[in-house]
Amino acid sequence: MLAVSFISFAMFTYVGDPVAIMLGQDFTEAQRAALVAELGLDQPFFVQFLKFIGNAVQGEFGLSYRLSRPVAELIAERAPATLELALCAAVIAMAVGVPMGVYTGLYRHSILSRFFLTFSLIGVSLPTFLIGILLILIFAVALGWLPSFGRGDVVRLGWWTTGFLTVSGLKALILPAITLGVFQLTLIMRLVRAEMMEVLRTDYIKFARARGLSNRAINFGHALKNTLVPVITIAGLQLGAIIAFAIVTETVFQWPGMGLLFIQSVGAADVPVMAAYLMLIALVFVTINLIVDLLYYAVDPRLRIGKGAH
Amino acid sequence: MTAPLLEVRNLRVEFHTRRGTLTALNDVSLTIAPGEVLGMVGESGAGKSMTGAAIIGLIEPPGRIAAGQVLLDGRRIDNLRYDQMRQVRGRQIGAIFQDPLTTLNPLYTVGRQLVETITTHLPLNPAQARKRAIEWLEMVGIPAAAQRIDSYPHEFSGGMRQRVVIALALCAEPRLIVADEPTTALDVSIQAQVIALLKRLAREKGTAMLLVTHDMGVIAETADRVAVMYAGRIAEIGPVRDIVKAPNHPYTAGLMASIPPLDRRVDKLAAIEGSMPRLSAIPPGCAYNPRCPRVFDRCVRERPDLLDAGTTRAACWLHAHG
Repeated sequence: MLAVSFISFAMFTYVGDPVAIMLGQDFTEAQRAALVAELGLDQPFFVQFLKFIGNAVQGEFGLSYRLSRPVAELIAERAPATLELALCAAVIAMAVGVPMGVYTGLYRHSILSRFFLTFSLIGVSLPTFLIGILLILIFAVALGWLPSFGRGDVVRLGWWTTGFLTVSGLKALILPAITLGVFQLTLIMRLVRAEMMEVLRTDYIKFARARGLSNRAINFGHALKNTLVPVITIAGLQLGAIIAFAIVTETVFQWPGMGLLFIQSVGAADVPVMAAYLMLIALVFVTINLIVDLLYYAVDPRLRIGKGAH
Repeated sequence: MTAPLLEVRNLRVEFHTRRGTLTALNDVSLTIAPGEVLGMVGESGAGKSMTGAAIIGLIEPPGRIAAGQVLLDGRRIDNLRYDQMRQVRGRQIGAIFQDPLTTLNPLYTVGRQLVETITTHLPLNPAQARKRAIEWLEMVGIPAAAQRIDSYPHEFSGGMRQRVVIALALCAEPRLIVADEPTTALDVSIQAQVIALLKRLAREKGTAMLLVTHDMGVIAETADRVAVMYAGRIAEIGPVRDIVKAPNHPYTAGLMASIPPLDRRVDKLAAIEGSMPRLSAIPPGCAYNPRCPRVFDRCVRERPDLLDAGTTRAACWLHAHG
């Protein structure tokens, strides 16, 4: 976290000149100096950094240069949109990817498996923005079923705004969620498939067959559970990636989330927003990794120590 | 002679590979009577484990049964559909594998694995099955079985795990056990205990057993009869006493001579010259002819079937009469 904060802060301190953008075309040297002093940009780099860290720990990321509003407020306003989108994409990826992976792992040579594999190849190799644009072209432009941009109507629950509760909100969610989820879906499917094929060759699966257990118990109990550890790892990392790389999808669909905010801030060299965004993403990754490690513990009894003798 | 429990007739197992068809088992026939222990010995790759896998119907692709039959109680089981065969496995024929470290699912407690096996095959509810599982763990000599039942496999030692595997193989009370090198992966000090346990349980329950091993000592101690495998065929089959004391096939004789005697010092261990041919390069005639000290011209031309040789049957032209 500290490393990320340092890198992001350092990077953005030296990219672009927000002062020039804030002042517009005509400005005097005096005006410039006054603004620089006001923003604290005249101080040495490490002083700026320490101030930044000190404030960040308290959830205070300063004012956006571009919008002149507190960064924390901006992010809190945008976060629900991104989180809902990421959640839907992750659910789609898991709910479709795992069964497809199990199926292709079990019936390696069936026609449907080959179809899935071809599909996954396309999903892996097509860039996200292209998938998004294609989906817009088909479902929004040609068929006119779903909206091509925005979030639809949202309902306010405290500080959280949700698109889950209105029809237009849900409809607006479908295309971006699919776009964001497709890559993860194919990744998870290929991973589950590889793991299934690996596990099905093991002695304990053979032994389970020799004990006459049903196919269902073997495939979905013994085999699937043993594939879960690597799948959880990847799925966890991918959830982080979904949130972080929602930038592209959000740009394509003009989704009012954090990614779009970030892109707009980059355009304006709005350092506080960019730094805060990167910090938040780092926080998300660290948190997810922690959760993943805790899940290992739940899935794999070999990691639970201090119980029983060896 | 009582009707055999298991009969294997002219079994042939082939592997289709890119370089042609390999015959892993060729014309293997044997019977096992109820309660009988048939030992099976041979070098690595002779087809011992393959015979066991063919009987429980778990030959891995690309291998397949190309010819022959496997009969249990006179009923063919080699051509059953998967879900029919499933009711035979575990319930009629139990299996024990070589390495207890890998045959148990690491993510389930031993109790859960026992209970699921028991409830799959026997009409018991989960509570009864759990009680039965604890009884089985006690029977295979797991101390404090009632507490240990909720342990995971990694919490047991190798020998204890193999006891759990034995409990799993026997818990649905099958009538035949296929034990594929059940002690090979264990410490020498544990091997004797596990063999003694298997032998005792098989006798108590009247379970027949196909005991695959390359350890002649284990066979001599445990088996009633023994089949000696060589290059995918049975070289000799007969009562264990006769095979050990008076082998009729030169290969069996060589195998017995290679066991070092305990009662006197030997300077040089006896060994059979050469090695078993690869499956892709089995010589014409008797497969053993390149290594056989008593080879003569017929051995190179014609392949011998099992011939009566006193108390045993041996695939050797030395026993051709007339």
